[in-house]
Order: sequence, then structure tokens, then C-alpha cells
Amino acid sequence: MKKYTYTEKKDTRSGFGAGLLEAGKKNSNVVALCADLVGSLKMNDFIKEFPERFIQTGIAEANMMGIAAGMTIGGKIPYTGTFANFSTGRVYDQIRQSIAYSGKNVKICASHAGLTLGEDGATHQILEDIGLMKMLPGMTVINTCDYNQTKAATIAIADYEGPVYLRFGRPVIPVFTDPDQKFEIGKAWMVNEGTDVSIFATGHLVWKAIEAGEKLAEMGINAEIINIHTIKPLDEEAVLKSAAKTGCVVTAEEHNRLGGLGDSIAQVLATHLPTPQEYVAVNDSFGESGTPDQLMKKYGLEADNIVEAVQKVMKRKA
Amino acid sequence: MTTDIKHLESIASQVRRDIVRMVHGCQSGHPGGSLGCADFFVALYFHVLKHNKNFNMDGIGEDLFFLSNGHISPVWYSTLARAGYFPVSELATFRKIDSRLQGHPTTHEHLPGIRIASGSLGQGLSVAIGAALTKKLNNDPQLVFSLHGDGELQEGQIWEAAMFAPHNKVDNLISTIDVNGQQIDGPTEKVLSLGSLRAKFEAFGWDVLEMNGNDMTDIIRVLELAKSKTGKGKPILILMQTNMGHGVDFMMGSHKWHGVAPNDEQLELALGQLECTLGDY
Repeated sequence: MKKYTYTEKKDTRSGFGAGLLEAGKKNSNVVALCADLVGSLKMNDFIKEFPERFIQTGIAEANMMGIAAGMTIGGKIPYTGTFANFSTGRVYDQIRQSIAYSGKNVKICASHAGLTLGEDGATHQILEDIGLMKMLPGMTVINTCDYNQTKAATIAIADYEGPVYLRFGRPVIPVFTDPDQKFEIGKAWMVNEGTDVSIFATGHLVWKAIEAGEKLAEMGINAEIINIHTIKPLDEEAVLKSAAKTGCVVTAEEHNRLGGLGDSIAQVLATHLPTPQEYVAVNDSFGESGTPDQLMKKYGLEADNIVEAVQKVMKRKA
Repeated sequence: MTTDIKHLESIASQVRRDIVRMVHGCQSGHPGGSLGCADFFVALYFHVLKHNKNFNMDGIGEDLFFLSNGHISPVWYSTLARAGYFPVSELATFRKIDSRLQGHPTTHEHLPGIRIASGSLGQGLSVAIGAALTKKLNNDPQLVFSLHGDGELQEGQIWEAAMFAPHNKVDNLISTIDVNGQQIDGPTEKVLSLGSLRAKFEAFGWDVLEMNGNDMTDIIRVLELAKSKTGKGKPILILMQTNMGHGVDFMMGSHKWHGVAPNDEQLELALGQLECTLGDY
């Protein structure tokens, strides 16, 4: 097992804030919009540097999505910022008609995704957003795993023409990816090469998968760990190549097991290479109040849950 | 000027013929609101807007128009075709399979003249505001125009946008409401009363004008007045009174022709009331 270490913990939303500032410096067409959550989205540095390129919409997310769509006409690249729940479910039809169907170059940047939003509870903890967004034709869906990857992705999406959903979160987590990485949309990242099982993880579950990989190594199981940061378009080649090698698959995500990364991978496998698969995901339920750690434990999204899923799926291998 | 008004009225007559023929041709679509707004569309595209029929999505240096109540697509398609954006023969494909003239306007099929999909109501004012903000950032002095149905104002997003535009001094925007008093389920007053739209928009901080949307002279006068009021810190709103179905007596003044196509006999009756001025497609 390749050794991953970290010297600090940071929140992925801060990676977004830093990336937004960089993207703004690199491209004068980048503009930012926010619906009264500037501090939560870490947009202050961008606003300070480019006050005239920032739009405060107030608590009016539908209007924000429409304005963002309109701003693309004339060449701007709008980044919208609010919680994942208010970035997707609340404004689904605005995204569907004015952004996705209209093919507009809007970057929908969504913080506080999943259970790890914590104490605010289920009203704010969306676990359905990946599914909602990936079903929209033409929408790119990205869920980043640490500060550095989020920063790199935020910068990279400015150079991609088309609507993007970028999902990140609130808790401080290990920073373990390369600070100078080049983020490639749609290209899976090989975290650890292995032979016994393929673990496909996204977002906060990537670090959990690394922890699980170390535990599995102690048990003599050589796990291949792949970070699927881009859920759509999915790197089908990487998925099939790994599954062909290991013969069994575990998927891990901070999302409802219905409609997330696991289903995207299951669809590829069922079509091209039927392979036993186990899901580490929230089992079709809403979240609740609690600390992020308590919630990840209660809803079965810890490294130990990945280890258990690996043991289970390896028994199902042909 | 007098001859110009007559010229515009003659184009509007042809647009109205196109509308009833298009809707008849596919036996679906929305003739009522389309007929009511024909004069406004002709005034915009043949007199008011600075625009280029060689369509470019970004429209830099051009005035932009957004249709929020997308169901009156027949009047927009006919006007665009008559203004040279695409061949008038293509009007015959309206709402048919493999057509660029979808039931509701869309960019998806790359029809020249369309910059955003609309039809799911209440979204167009936000889009128009966004385009107006980009014009300001680009130091582009041209204007953004939008049209909305009165029934559409029942959507909440409209009021989010209505609050945003004056607060942010979006004063390069001229939005028009088609006040025909009708919606699918009946008179707007009965379905969900809009109250005083002038009082509502003025309270939000808009500069509100009124015009007769079926009088070409008044349309030109008020649109020119609206243009003269831009750049003064306030967005402009025009309350445009129209008759739904205007120009075809049996379609006028009722919600019944909101989304119903005429049969063969009704088509002939309607065309008998509308002069063919530019030749049918």
C-alpha cells in the first residue's frame, strides 16, 4: 500500500475559495455569484480582489441561477455559490431549462454537501444531489476529495466550456493530494495499485478508502484504490480495467446509495463486465443533527465499513 | 413616420397569418397570446432593436431580446423569419419532428435568434438581468429587452428578480408585461389576482410605463420613451395592454384560444380577416 501522509487538515470549501481567486486572476471573464453565504463559501478573497465581478443575489437561489445563465451571453463564466441543497434540489428546474438545456457555461459550486455539514441536520444535508445533477444531459459532475484537489478543479473548470456541478464540503479533512496537480475532468486518479479488490471512492470517502486500504494491507489484502472525482463523464476505461484485474468492486461515497457514484459504476459493469459490487453509501435515508464524525459512523461511511464491504464482496468473487 | 407605421402594421398582418397557419399546421400551440403580441414583436424587430440577422449568441454591440413566456413562440418564430434570421419556409416545420422550431423556444436546435430556452415560466427576467449585467461589465452600451406574460407573474422567481434589478441599478433593461388578463384556467382576476402591477413594480423601484400593445403608434412612442429613460439608475417596466387573439374576431378577448388550434373552417375565417402582405410561407 502506497503511503499517504498529511501535515494539515483543511476544508474543501476553502480549496474552492482559493481556486476561485486563482481562476479570477487567470481569466477576466470569471464572475462569481452568491446567495447570502459568502463566508460559508469562502468567497471573500475573490470579492476583495474583484468587487465589480461579484454579484450578491440575496436569499434568492432561483434568481441567482437565471442571472448566471444570462451572464454567459456576452462571454462571462459565472460561478454560483451556495450550499449543495440550495444549489440543486431547490433550483432544479432553473438549472434544467436555463442552464443545462440551454447549454450555458455556468459553474454550479456547491458546498456543505452530504452528512458532514453536521449539526444543521437533514434540512441542509443533501444526499441526492449527485443523482439530480448527473441525470441532466450535458452536465459535468465533480466531487473533490481534499483542499488541493478542490482548488485545482475550481481552476480547471473555467477552461472547460459547458455546465459543471462542483461538489465539496464543510469539515476539515486531511490534505493529501499534490498541491501542484493538474486537474483533468473525467480522468480517474489511481491512488493505489492493487490486485484483490477495486475500491472506487469520491469526495470525503477517498481518505476513508486510504485508511481502509492500510487496514486491508495488514490483513494481507492488496486493494486497488481509485479516486473518481468526476462522476460524469465517468472514466469507464479506468473502471473496466481495474474491475477486470481484481474481479470485485466496492464503491464509496457520501451520498444516497440510489443515484450516486455506485449506480454509475454498476451501470458500466452490468453493461460491459458483470462484476460483484458492494456499496458504501447512505442507505436511502435522510441525515440528522450530530457532529460530522458521529454522522459518518452512524450512517456507515467509515473506513471500517469499507473494510467490511471488501470482505463481503471478495467472498462473492467467481 | 406615418408610412413607417403603415409598413409595420402590414408586416404584423403577415405575422398574424403566419401564426394561425403554423398553429393550424400542427394542430397545437398557442395562438391567443401570439396574436396579441404580434404588433409588439414587429415593432421590436423592424424598428426598435439594433440587431444582426447574422446571429451571434453573445450579441455584443447588439440589443438583446428574451421571451420569458415561451409558449407564444409562433409570433417570435414568424417575426424572426420575416426579419431574415432563417427562411420563412421553415415556419411550416413548427412543432413537427426534427424541427428547429420546437414547441417552446430553445437554443438546443441552434435556431438563429434564440439565446435561452423558455417555457417553464418565471425564469426569463432573471436571465435578462444576467445578460444586462454582462453588457455593463463589457462596457457594451446596447440594451436588453424582455417580454413576460401577466399570468407568469404568479411565479415567485419573478419577484426575486423584480427585487434584484432596482437594488443593483440594472438600468439597461426594458421589460414588458403582456397584460391580456387571461391565463389557461380563465381570467387572471379569477385565477389569482395580480392587483395593481404599477403599484407593485413602483414599490420595488422600477420606472413603470404603460402602452397599448395593439396600437403600433403607441408601441413605437412608448418603446422610444423607455429607451430614453435607460441609464438613469432604474430598470424600466412597460405594462402593455393587449387583446388576446387580436386581429381574429372570434379569438379575441377570451382565454379559450390560449392553447387551442383552429380547424380548417376556422383557419379560413381567420385568414379572411388578415391581409396577406408579404406572401404566405
